Amino acid sequence: MALQSWWENIKFQFDLNFVQRNRWRFITTGLGNTLLITLLSLMLGVVIGVVIAGVRSTYDKTADSARPTFGRKVLGFFNALCKVYITVLRGTPVVVQLMIICLVIFAWSDNGVALASLAFGLNSGAYVAEIIRGGIMAIDNGQFEAGRSLGFNYLQTMRHVVLPQVIKNVLPSLMNEFIALLKETSVAGYAAVRDLTYGGNTIAGQTYSYFMPLIAVALIYLTLVMFLTWVVGRVERRLRSNDH
Amino acid sequence: MTTDVLIRVEGLEKHFGGRIHALNGVSAEIRKGEVVVVIGPSGSGKSTFLRCLNLLEMPSAGKITFEGVDITDPKVNINLHRQKMGMVFQHFNLFPNMTVLKNMTVAPVTLHKKSREAAEVLAKQLLERVGLADRAGAYPNQLSGGQKQRIAIVRALCMEPDVMLFDEPTSALDPEMVGEVLDVMKQLAREGMTMVVVTHEMGFAREVGDRVIFMDGGRIIEQGTPEQVFEHPENPRLKEFLGKIL
Repeated sequence: MALQSWWENIKFQFDLNFVQRNRWRFITTGLGNTLLITLLSLMLGVVIGVVIAGVRSTYDKTADSARPTFGRKVLGFFNALCKVYITVLRGTPVVVQLMIICLVIFAWSDNGVALASLAFGLNSGAYVAEIIRGGIMAIDNGQFEAGRSLGFNYLQTMRHVVLPQVIKNVLPSLMNEFIALLKETSVAGYAAVRDLTYGGNTIAGQTYSYFMPLIAVALIYLTLVMFLTWVVGRVERRLRSNDH
Repeated sequence: MTTDVLIRVEGLEKHFGGRIHALNGVSAEIRKGEVVVVIGPSGSGKSTFLRCLNLLEMPSAGKITFEGVDITDPKVNINLHRQKMGMVFQHFNLFPNMTVLKNMTVAPVTLHKKSREAAEVLAKQLLERVGLADRAGAYPNQLSGGQKQRIAIVRALCMEPDVMLFDEPTSALDPEMVGEVLDVMKQLAREGMTMVVVTHEMGFAREVGDRVIFMDGGRIIEQGTPEQVFEHPENPRLKEFLGKIL
C-alpha cells in the first residue's frame, strides 16, 4: 500500500516536473546551452592558453642565450602581462568573473551564452596556459638543442620537434580541463544564463518541487562526465600504447 | 690533410651568470679534414668550448670564424651555418616520437636541402654503413644506447655537414657499447671528415686524433700530436691529469 502510493507520487512528480507544459524543454535547451558554452569556452581557452604558453616558455627558454635586444624587451613586457593575466584569472572565483563580465562590462548585452562562453573561456585560458607551459618545459632541453644543432630556427624546432611531443603529453590534462569546465559552467545561472542547472532550477521554481529536476540535472552531468572520462581513458591508453 | 682553416676561434670567453668563468680566452684553429680531440678534467670548459663552436652556448666575448664568416656577428643567420656543423650529444637526443628514418630526414627535408626521396636514399645508405639498415622503422626507445648514438651520428651526417662536433659521445654508454660508436667515428675520420671530439677515450684520441688539445680552467694548456701530448707532456697539470687516467 505504502509502496503503491510512493510509486504514484513518483509518477505524479515526474508528470508535474517534466511533462506538464512541456517543462522538459527547460532541461533540453539548458543542456544544449551547457554543451555550447563548454565547447566555445574550451576553444577560446585553448587559443588563449597556447598564446600565453608560447610567450611564457619562449621567454624562459631564451633567457640566457638572447642578447638584451629591443625584441627581448618587448617579449619581456608581454611575459609580464601574461603573468598578471594568469594571477588575476586564477586568483579570483570564476563566478565573480562571470558576473563582472555579464553584469558589469557587457551589461548592455543579453546574449547570455556568448558572454558565459567568453567568461569561462578567459578563465580556462589561464589554466590551459599553465598546462601547456608545463608540457613544454617538461620536454628535455636536449630536444631543443638537437633541433637547433640541425639548423632549425626556434619556431621550426618548436613546430617539428617539441610541440608534437607536448601535445601528446598534455592531451589527457586538457581533456580533464574540459571535464572540469563542463561542471564549472553550472554557475552560469548566477548571471541568468540559461544553462542546464538553471533549467532545472527554473522547473523547480515553477513546481515548488526540487527533488526531480535537480536529480535529473545531476544525472545528466554525471552521465556526460562518465562518458568523457571513459574517452580520456581510451585516449591515454592509445597514447601510451604507441609511446615511443 | 690540407691546411685550410675551417674554424678559427679567437679569444673566446664564456661566463655563466657573471661569476663562473667557463672559458678564459681560448684561441684555436680547426683545419679541414683534421680530427681534433679535446681532453681535460671535468669543469675544464671543454664541453662549453665545443658548444660555443655552433653557438649552442653564446660566447660572452671572442670571435668564431667558420668557413670565413664571423658567426658571432649578431647579423649572421646562425641557423644556416649550423646546417653545416653536425653535432652529436652525450645523451643522443634522438626525437622519441619519430622513427629512425624520420629522425634522419626531418631536418634535410624541412629545411629544403633535399627532396624526401633523396633524403631517404641518403639516410638508408648511411644506415647501411653503420650496420643499422634494418632499424629504419624503429623508434628510439626500441634501440640500445650504442644503436641510438650511431643513429644520432648518421642523423647529423644526413645534413651533409662540413664538420662534426662530438660532445662526450660515449660517456653515457654501457662499456660494451662504446666500441661500436667509436668504430663509426673512426670510419668517419678515415673518410676525411673534419671532427672535433670532446672525450675521455684516450685510446681513441691516440689512435685517431691528428691533434690533441688539453684544457683546464677554461684555457688550452697544451696541444700537439697525440704522441707529443701523451708521451712527452710538458705542463705539470697535463702530467697530473694523464697520471690519473692512464
